[in-house]
Amino acid sequence: MADEHARKWDRCLADTAVKTVTGLGVGIVVSFIAFKRRAWPLSFGSGLGLGMGYSNCQHDLRSPYLIHGRMVKDQ
Amino acid sequence: QQCRHYTAGEGSSASKVVVAGLLTVSGGIGGTVLYSSSLEDYWGCLGLCLCVCVFSLEECNECHEHKEATAVHPAPTEPMKERPVEEVAARLAQQEQEEQDISASSLEDSLASSAKATLQAIGAQEAALQAIMQHTDKLKEAMEAEVLPEEKSNQWKDLEAALADRTTALNDARAALSKANESLDSLRSVIDESKGLKISSVRPLVLAAEENLHNMVVDLDKMVMKVKLRLQSITLKVTSGKLSTDDLNALIAHAHRRIDQLNRELAEQKVREKIHIDAALEQQKLEDQKALDSAVNTALQHVKEEARLDQERKLAELREVMEAEMRTQLRRQAAAHTDHVQDVLKVQEHELKAEAEQVLSSKMLEQETRYRQLTQEQLDNFTLDMNTAYARLKGVEEAIDSHVVAEDEARKAHQLWLSVEALSYSLKTAEADVPTVPLENAAQAVRDSCRDNDFALALASALPEKSLQRGVYSEASLRARFNSLRSLARRVALIDESRNSLYQYFLSYLQAALLFEKRQEAPPSQLSSEDLDPFKLLSYASYCLEHGDLELAAKLVNQLRGEARRVVEDWLIEARLTLETRQVVNLLSAYANAVGLGTTQAP
Repeated sequence: MADEHARKWDRCLADTAVKTVTGLGVGIVVSFIAFKRRAWPLSFGSGLGLGMGYSNCQHDLRSPYLIHGRMVKDQ
Repeated sequence: QQCRHYTAGEGSSASKVVVAGLLTVSGGIGGTVLYSSSLEDYWGCLGLCLCVCVFSLEECNECHEHKEATAVHPAPTEPMKERPVEEVAARLAQQEQEEQDISASSLEDSLASSAKATLQAIGAQEAALQAIMQHTDKLKEAMEAEVLPEEKSNQWKDLEAALADRTTALNDARAALSKANESLDSLRSVIDESKGLKISSVRPLVLAAEENLHNMVVDLDKMVMKVKLRLQSITLKVTSGKLSTDDLNALIAHAHRRIDQLNRELAEQKVREKIHIDAALEQQKLEDQKALDSAVNTALQHVKEEARLDQERKLAELREVMEAEMRTQLRRQAAAHTDHVQDVLKVQEHELKAEAEQVLSSKMLEQETRYRQLTQEQLDNFTLDMNTAYARLKGVEEAIDSHVVAEDEARKAHQLWLSVEALSYSLKTAEADVPTVPLENAAQAVRDSCRDNDFALALASALPEKSLQRGVYSEASLRARFNSLRSLARRVALIDESRNSLYQYFLSYLQAALLFEKRQEAPPSQLSSEDLDPFKLLSYASYCLEHGDLELAAKLVNQLRGEARRVVEDWLIEARLTLETRQVVNLLSAYANAVGLGTTQAP
C-alpha cells in the first residue's frame, strides 16, 4: 500500500506535468492562432493544465475516501 | 479122593470172592510144583488147590475192596437227598476199608506165608515120598536085576545115594513140616488179632482164613500120616525074579555073609529083641496112646473148629443183617439231617445275601457320592484355573493392546511433533524481504500426522490461507519495512477522511519535516487519548519492534487512522498474518510437546 501512495504521487506528478505542458502547449497554440502571440494563453493553458493535474492528483489521492452511492428505486 | 475146595461159607458173595482169590493164589504158587514132578492126581490136585486158594484169598481181598469201593461211589447225577447218605456210607466204608485193609493185609500176608509153608511142607513130604519110592525102586532093581558085580556095586552105590536122598528128603520134609506148623501158628495168632479188632467187614476174611487154616492143618496132618504109612509100607514090599549062577553064587555068598551077619545080628537082636519088644510094646502102647490122643485131639479140635466156625458164620450173618438194618436207619436219619441242614442253609444264605447286598449298596452309594464330589471339585478347580488363566490372558492382551495403543499414540505424537517442528523450521526459512516457503507442505504434513486429533486438526486448519499459499514474512523483514513505512506514515499523518486535499498533503509533509519525536519510546501499559498521536504510536511501535514484540507493535500500528492507516495497512496485514501463523505454530508446537511429553515414557 505504501507503494501505492508513491505510485500515486508519481502518477500525479507526471500527470500534472503533462497537463501543464500540454496546457502550455495548447496555450501557445491558441496564442499563436487566436490571440496574436499574447502571453496570457500560455499561462492560462499551463494554469489550466496545472489545475487539472492538481485536481486529478487530489482526486486520485482522495479516491479511497470517496463514497459511491447508488440510487435504489422503490419497486 | 477128589479135590477139596476151600470155601469160607455158603451163599455170601464175599466168601465166594475169597474162594476165587485163594484158588488163584494156590494156582500161581503150585504151578511149578505141578510141573516139576510127575504127580499122582491127589498131590497135584492138592497143590493146585492150595495155590489157587492162596491167590484167591489175595484176589478176594482186592475184590472185596473193589466191591466196597464200587458200593461207595454212587452215580453223581443222583438227587441231592441220596448224596449225604451215600457219602456217610462212603465214609463208613472208607473207615472200614482202611482197618480192613490193615488187617486184611496182615491176614493176607500171614495166610500167604502159611499157605506157602504148608505147600512147601506138602511138597517136601511129597518129595520125601518120591525119594522113598525111588529108593524102593532102586532097591528092588538092585535086588532083582542080573548085572555084573561092578555094576552091582554101582547099583549098591546108587542105592546108598538113593537112601541118602531119602533120608535128606525125609529131613527136609520134617523141617518143612515144622515150618508149616510155625506159619500156621502165626496165622492163627493173626486171625486172633483180627478177631480182636472187631471189624465187621474183615469177619468173612477172618472166617475164610480160619477155615483155610483148618483145612491146611487137616491136609498137612493127612500128608504126614500118608508119608508115615508109606514109610511103613515100604518094608512090606517083596521082590521076586530070576538070577544067573554067578549072581546066584555072589548072591549066595553075599547071602551067606549076610546070613552070618544076620545070624549074629539075630542073636544080638534076639537079646535085644526082648528088650526092644518090651520097649517097643511099651513105646507102641505109648505111641498108640499118643496117636489116639493126638487123633482124638485133632478130631476134637477139628470138630470144635467146625462148630466154632459155624457159630461164627451164623453170627456174621446175623451181624450183617443187623448192620444192613442199622445202615438203612442211619441213612434215613442222615437224609433227614441233610434236609434240615439244607433248609437252614438256605435260610441263612438268604439272610446273608440280603445283608451283603445292603452293605454293598451302601458302600457303592458312598463311593458314588465321593466320586461325584471329587469330579465336581476337579471340575470346579479346573474352571477356576481356566477363568483365572483367561482373565490373565485378557489382562495381558489388554496390556499389550494398551501398550500398542500407547505406542501408537506416542508414535503419532512424535510424528506430530516432528511435523510441527518442520513447520516451525520452515517458518525460519524466511530471508530478508522474501517470504518463507509456502507452508502448504508442512501444514499438510501436520494435518496428516494428526488425522484423528481434532484439536491439532483444528489448529492446523486455522493456519491462514495466505501463509499456506505464499508463506509469511519474517519479523526482521517486517521490522525493516516498518522503518521505511514509518517515514511515509509520518508524511501522511495529517490526512484522513476529512482532510485529504493536496494542501493537507502539503501540510502533513510540512508537519513531518518539522516534527521530531523520539525514535523509539516505550509504550505505556495503557494507552491514553494523547498516545493516539501517529507519531507517538509510530515511535512506540518502533520500540516494540526493536524489542521483538511484533504483536504489540501491530496493535499500536492498528491505532493509526486515516491515510497513515491506509499506508501501513499492507504491513499490518502482513504482520497479522505472520502473527497468526506464528501463534498457530506455537500452539501446535506446545500441543505436540505436551502430547509428546505425555506419551513419552521415562526409561
